[in-house]
Amino acid sequence: MTERSLGSQIVKRFFKHRLAVVAVVVLSMMILLALGAGLTRYSPTQQDPANPFLKPTADHWFGTDELGRDIFTRILYGSRVSLLVGLVSTVLTILVGVAVGAISGYYGGWLDNVLMRITDTFLTFPTIFVLIILSSLLRELPFPWLKNSVLVVIVIIAALSWMWPARLVRSLFISLREREFVTATRALGGSSVGIIIRHILPNCLGPILVSGTLQMAYAIITESGLSYLGFGVQPPTPTWGAILSTAQVHVFRAPWMAVYPGVMIFITVMTINYIGDGLRDAFDPYVVHTDK
Amino acid sequence: MANYALRRVLQAIPILFILSILLFAMVRAAPGGPLSAAYRNPNVSKEQIAILKHQLGLDQPLPVQYVKWLGDMLRGDMGESIKFRRPVSVMIAERIPNTLVLVGVSFLVTLIIALPVGILSARKPYSVFDYVATTLTFIGQSVPVYWLGLALILVFYVAIQNPTTGMPLFPAGGMRTIGGDNNLADLAWHLVLPVTALSASWAAWYSRFLRSSLLDVLHEDYVRTARAKGAPDRLVYYKHALSNAILPLVTLIALDLPSLFAGALFIETIFAWPGMGRLFWDAARGRDYPVLLAVVMIDAVIIIFCNILADLFYGILDPRVKYD
Repeated sequence: MTERSLGSQIVKRFFKHRLAVVAVVVLSMMILLALGAGLTRYSPTQQDPANPFLKPTADHWFGTDELGRDIFTRILYGSRVSLLVGLVSTVLTILVGVAVGAISGYYGGWLDNVLMRITDTFLTFPTIFVLIILSSLLRELPFPWLKNSVLVVIVIIAALSWMWPARLVRSLFISLREREFVTATRALGGSSVGIIIRHILPNCLGPILVSGTLQMAYAIITESGLSYLGFGVQPPTPTWGAILSTAQVHVFRAPWMAVYPGVMIFITVMTINYIGDGLRDAFDPYVVHTDK
Repeated sequence: MANYALRRVLQAIPILFILSILLFAMVRAAPGGPLSAAYRNPNVSKEQIAILKHQLGLDQPLPVQYVKWLGDMLRGDMGESIKFRRPVSVMIAERIPNTLVLVGVSFLVTLIIALPVGILSARKPYSVFDYVATTLTFIGQSVPVYWLGLALILVFYVAIQNPTTGMPLFPAGGMRTIGGDNNLADLAWHLVLPVTALSASWAAWYSRFLRSSLLDVLHEDYVRTARAKGAPDRLVYYKHALSNAILPLVTLIALDLPSLFAGALFIETIFAWPGMGRLFWDAARGRDYPVLLAVVMIDAVIIIFCNILADLFYGILDPRVKYD
């Protein structure tokens, strides 16, 4: 790759967005903290009934909850759940969305019609309500893997999100499939699958990555929200949403408890949003940077 | 255009039809179906369950049950709540006005904040005001609505007291003071925290959207022409630019209206607001399936209605759009 290659230009433009760079650093630190959650002195589920509702001290940095569990440890383990759900459900959403959008946009015709009617139907689902119904029903079905509530949350969030990238990719494909380089590849005998994957898809990378960041922020907020309402990841797995809902019950005894999970969700979502903003600028050569 | 509207409504019917089949199948897929709560209750005998099953028509084949349920729904009969033994339609009718008050006031507050902020940001881009507003909108978009609600309770209910009475500054829940005089001031006092929590992220989102859409329009040729002809600044901004920049915002808002109800689900749960969202949450915890199905179907109809509304609005506001 020479200095002026497209990739290096994109990286260079991304680094010009200082807040996005800061966001990458902060998010990397959060991922490291999540990976190192096992290094704290406490276990996330180990109870200490003699010491509930301790205020933050040197021993318990964020205090303890109603069962005497160390909140700092639970927050770190909670970040594993949030980041895992965010990342995996986003990858699933993008994979399904890109596949549907690419096929729909490239081939058009009746295939496009069928796929878009399915997309439209999914778009009329009142998302959060259906997520709650699905989450409570799936747990009752007699399949052992449905007992893993993290997996269930990942799948149902992706199942109700793939329509957005699908529509985006479809519209990109419709305009790109008429371009000269596609006609040229076809004239040279390129196969449809090859054209879709090797020639058109790379041109959609920017918008897909940006919509991926939006999706990840949405997934993290939604997982915490579902867990907060009691319909997400089930106890005793520590999640930010679950800590928040206990904090609401004990808002008078331990008001500090409500602060940490909220701040964590906020920082995570904000860094992802800034990274998305940086990617948008980096992939769009027409953006003029006036705030130099 | 009336033709177009009619066609959109007709197109919506099969979608609602498929949706109702999917939802019905989902709910009936659970072991025990609508009676799963009764199955878990040790005080309910097998004979009683059999009687209940027969009463509710659950011993008939699924397609028969579906057709009966759909027919009832179309006539406005949404069945009976398993938990409360009351008609679902009555329960929902009680709750809808409360949700509409919450969502309606939040929507107005959102517009009152978002429109001026978006316009001012776009008039002086990269000014101090724009910088502060942009930062605040980024924060507003990243704060989850449920945490904002809780944080407001923490500050204005737990931490700060009214210095004259020693009571909390704002109530943390409910819609009216129990035993209080049922007046508008009392309702407004109860609305402050939930509305603040609900409007914040939308105000952030819309002001940012309006700013970028205005900035796009300001580069258009007709704006330059207006300026070249010597039109005063105010006229250029508010007549030429704004009336075009507002178009995508109107569409966005119409498409977004249903998500106000989703946000209301969280806010009603946190603030014990007696609306549809709270009803749904209670029903989901008690597996009260007739209530769940009815609320979701109503929300789906609202979403489809808003989608059609968005398209029609666009045609009314933008004469360049032609329907065929």
